[in-house]
Amino acid sequence: MLELDTCCKSYRTGAFGSGELLAVHDVSFAVSPGEVVSLIGESGSGKSTIGKMILRLMQTTRGSITFDGLDISTLNGRKLKEYYADVQGVFQDPFSSYNPIFKASHVFTMLRNEYFAGLSSSEWNAKLEKSLEAVSLNPGDVLNKYPHQLSGGQLQRMLIARALLLEIRLLVADEIISMLDASTRIDVLNLLGDLKARGLGILFITHDLSLGNYISERTMILRRGTIVEMGATEKVFGNPLHPYTKMLIASVPHLHKKWDQVEREVGASDVLEHVLREETTDESADGNGAALSLEQVEQDHFVAK
Amino acid sequence: MAVSKPGAGVVTTAGAPAPAEATGPISPQGAPAAAPITARRSEFLYFAFRNWKFVVGLAVVLFLFALAIFGPMLTPHEPLEFGGPTDQAPSSDYWFGTTSFGQDVFSQFVHGLRATFLVGLVGGGIAWLIGATVGFTAGYRSGWLDDVLNMITNVVLVIPTLAILIIVAAYVNVHSYATEAILVGLTSWPWAARAVRAQTFSLKTREFVDIARISGRKTRQIIASEIAPNMSSYLLMMFILLFGGAILIGASLDFLGLGPSESMSLGLMMNNAFLSSALLLGSWWWFIPPGVGIICIVGGLYVMNVGLDEIFNPKLREV
Amino acid sequence: MSLRVDDLTVYYQSLRGDVKAVDGATFQIADGEIMGLAGESGCGKSTLGKSLIRFDARMRHVSGSVELDGKKLPIWDDSKMNAFRFKEVSIIPQYALSALNPTRRIGTMAMELLRSRNIEPDTVLPEFKRRLKLVGLDQDVLDRFPIELSGGMKQRVVMVLSSLLDPSLLIADEVTSALDVSTQRAVSELLVEFRDRGFVKSMIVITHDLSVLYQIADTILIMYAGKLAEKAPAETVVNSPRHPYTKLLLSSLPEVGVRYADKRLSGIPGRPPPLIDPPTGCRFKTRCPLAFARCDEEPPFASLEPGHTAACWKAEKAEAA
Repeated sequence: MLELDTCCKSYRTGAFGSGELLAVHDVSFAVSPGEVVSLIGESGSGKSTIGKMILRLMQTTRGSITFDGLDISTLNGRKLKEYYADVQGVFQDPFSSYNPIFKASHVFTMLRNEYFAGLSSSEWNAKLEKSLEAVSLNPGDVLNKYPHQLSGGQLQRMLIARALLLEIRLLVADEIISMLDASTRIDVLNLLGDLKARGLGILFITHDLSLGNYISERTMILRRGTIVEMGATEKVFGNPLHPYTKMLIASVPHLHKKWDQVEREVGASDVLEHVLREETTDESADGNGAALSLEQVEQDHFVAK
Repeated sequence: MAVSKPGAGVVTTAGAPAPAEATGPISPQGAPAAAPITARRSEFLYFAFRNWKFVVGLAVVLFLFALAIFGPMLTPHEPLEFGGPTDQAPSSDYWFGTTSFGQDVFSQFVHGLRATFLVGLVGGGIAWLIGATVGFTAGYRSGWLDDVLNMITNVVLVIPTLAILIIVAAYVNVHSYATEAILVGLTSWPWAARAVRAQTFSLKTREFVDIARISGRKTRQIIASEIAPNMSSYLLMMFILLFGGAILIGASLDFLGLGPSESMSLGLMMNNAFLSSALLLGSWWWFIPPGVGIICIVGGLYVMNVGLDEIFNPKLREV
Repeated sequence: MSLRVDDLTVYYQSLRGDVKAVDGATFQIADGEIMGLAGESGCGKSTLGKSLIRFDARMRHVSGSVELDGKKLPIWDDSKMNAFRFKEVSIIPQYALSALNPTRRIGTMAMELLRSRNIEPDTVLPEFKRRLKLVGLDQDVLDRFPIELSGGMKQRVVMVLSSLLDPSLLIADEVTSALDVSTQRAVSELLVEFRDRGFVKSMIVITHDLSVLYQIADTILIMYAGKLAEKAPAETVVNSPRHPYTKLLLSSLPEVGVRYADKRLSGIPGRPPPLIDPPTGCRFKTRCPLAFARCDEEPPFASLEPGHTAACWKAEKAEAA
C-alpha cells in the first residue's frame, strides 16, 4: 500500500548552502493494510522526518514515496486532498495539536468543511458520534470543550477519531503515546491494535522500544537516518543482530530484569562505554557516509552490513 | 510537568509572543473553566481597565479624536478664513488665539487633528495590511518566495524613508492627506512585516498547523484562521505603533512643507508658525497646540501600547 | 536517618484557590538510600522535591517539618535555606539542560555558580575536573558552549556540579526523561555510582518512569494526587505492591517481551481528581476497583511490615488477615 524507495531528505548547511546534511538516507520500507509497523529511533534519527514526508508536510529530496503505486510528490490541490482522505497522521503533543483559541471540535469542523460539506447536520452528527464511540469517547464529554479542559489521552483519541471520520487506510502515528501518562497510554495503544484488526495500516513512530514491541508486527530500527535492522518484531527483539539494536535493547529499563542481566542476554557491548564513545565522535560524519545495505539473515529479518 | 503551573489555565492569554505558554496539560477537572475566547475577552477587559497606562492612553487618544470630530462644530470660524484680529492671544472669542494672518488657531487645530487622524489611520492601516500580508506570506511559505519578500523588506527597511518621501512628495504633487497617507503607508511597513514573519515562522511549526494541512485546508485559510488569531494581540499592538508612526512621519512632511497646502494639518500649522516667526514674536498659542496635539496623540498611543503589552503578557502585569 | 519528612503539606497558590499539591507527606530516607519518587503528571512529586530545597513564588508551606541529619531545615525561609542549599541539599533541576545560557562557556557558568555560593572556585576545581573525568568528560568541556554538548553530556556536567560539595541529599528531578534510552541508562547508572562513591549520602530520584526506578532505586515512593500512596523497597513495589493504584499502574506498563497479540494490558479508567478541590477520604477511590464505604475516610499512610507503608484500608486489612 505505502512504499518508500531509497528515500532521502537533506538539508543545506553552511554558508551559501554549500554543505549537505542527510537527515534521512536511502530509507526503503513498505506498510501493508492491517499491519502495524514500528519505526524506532533515538532523537536525531530522522524518524519524525520520515513521518512528515509520508504526510507530505515535507518534500523528499531524493527517492520516492508511493501510495497504491501513485508517487505522492506529484500530488497537488485536489489530488493531495484525495490523498489525505486515505492517509492521516496523529502527532506527539496532543496539546499543541489543537489550536488553543478554538474548541477541540474544531479539528472535526475543518474536516467537515473540506470533505463532508454535503452532509446534513444530523448525518454529520451521527457519523461523528460513531467515530468518537470507536475510540471510546462519549461525545457529550468532549465535543463542547476547549482543548485545555480535556486530558492528553482524550485529545489524542479525538485526533484518532478525526482520522477515522475519513475512513482512512493508513495512519502515521508519530510518538502519539509519549506525552501521555502511564495509566492512559496503554488504552491508546490498544486502540491502535483494534484499528489494525479493522484493516488499517499503521506506521508507529516511537523512541520507546517497549511500546513498539507491544503493538507492532514489524519493526525497523533507525539510526542517523538509515535503517540498521528490520524485520518481524519478534525476530528483531528476540534475536537482535546489529550492535546498535543490541545496545538499545540493553538500555531499555525493564520492570523485572536488571540492566546487567538483559545486557548479558542480548550480548550487547558495554552500554556506558558505547554512549561515551558515541558522544565524542563527530555526529555528522558517519550520517553522511555510504548508505548501508541491508542483508537478509533469516526470513523476514534484515540487518545492515 | 506536574503541578508546576497550576494557574496556567487562568493566566494564559492569546500569548502569541510565547506560544509555548499558551497550552499546558493542566486542566483540573471540574474547575470553573470558562471558554477561552469569552474568558479571554472578559479577562482582557478585566485587566485592561485596571491598567492605568492603557486607560490614560486610551482616554487621551479618544478625547482628541472626539475633538477632531466635533471640534469644527464648536467654532464659527473656518481654519483658512482670514479677517479676524491678527496675532491675538487666546480669548473667549478665539479660544486658541489667532495667527498673524488673522486665522483662528482653534479651528486650525481641530481641522488639523482630523488630517492627523486620517494620515494615522489610513497610513498606519496600509502599512499594517502590507506588513501583515508580506509577513504572513514570507513566514508561512519558506523557500524562494520568503527569500524574495525578505529581500524587498530589507531594502525598504534600510532606505531612509523620510528622504524618499521628501523626494517623492516633491515630484508627486501631494494634493490631499489621503495621498500623503498612502505614501506614508507604503514606506513604513517593513519592521511590521519582519515581526509578523518571525511570529508566523514559530507558529507554523506548531502541530495544529500540520493538522490543518492534512485536513486539506488551503494556505490562505490556515493563515487566516489558525495562525492570525493566535497573534491577535500582537497584530493590535502593531497597528497602534504604525498608527503613531504614520502620524509622526506625516507631521514631519507637513512641517517641511511637503504636504498638501490647501487644507490644514498639525504639521502644516507648525510650518506656518515657523515661517511667520511665531517663535520670535512670542505667539506661543500658534505653535504650542499643534505640538502638544501631536505629542498627546502619539504619546497616548505609545502609553496605550505599553499598557496593552502588560495586559497581554502576564509576566509584566502589575499585581 | 538522613532525611525525615513529617506531615509536610505544601500548597500552590492559584487564582482559583489553593492547589493541594503535597498533602501530609511523612517519610524517611536512610543514609545511602536512593529513593525513587514516582507518579503521574500532576501528582505533586516535583512539588515535593522542590519544597525540600527551594520554594517557588507560588508555593506555600502549610504545615509539617523536614529534618536532615538531625537538623531542621527552614524550608519556608528562602534566605535561611541558603546555608543548606548546595552544601547539604542539592538539586538537579528538571529543565537544567535547557536552562544553560547558550552564550556562556560551561566553565564560566560553573565558576559563577560556585562564586554565587561563596565558594572559591580554585579550591574545588581539581575535584571538579576529577569528577568530570569520572563521568567520562574531558576537562575541555569547560571551554565549550552548551550547544556543543549533547543532552547526555550536559546532564552529566550538571550532575557533577550539583553534587560537587558532597551534599547529604541530592534531588534529581526527571533527569533522564529528556534523554535517549542509551543515554538514559548511562546517566542513571552514574547516579548510583555517585552514591556508591559517597559523593552524596542519599538521593531522591523523581521520575514518571517506574522501570528506571526499578533499575537504580533502593526504595520507591508512589504518589497519587498529592498524597503518598505507597513506599517500599523497589523489589517489593514492583513484585508485590499492596496499594491498588500501584498494582494498576504496574499492570498498565508494557515491557519488552509483552505483546498486544499475546497479552492485552489495560489502563486505569478515569482521571486523577482536581487538586484544588480533592475528594474527601481516599483520593483514589473514584478510580479504585476495590473502593468501599470506608474509603470516604482518609486511610492513614500506615506501616504494613518493616519498610513497607501504604495508604489503603484494604492493604491494611490484608495484612491483618
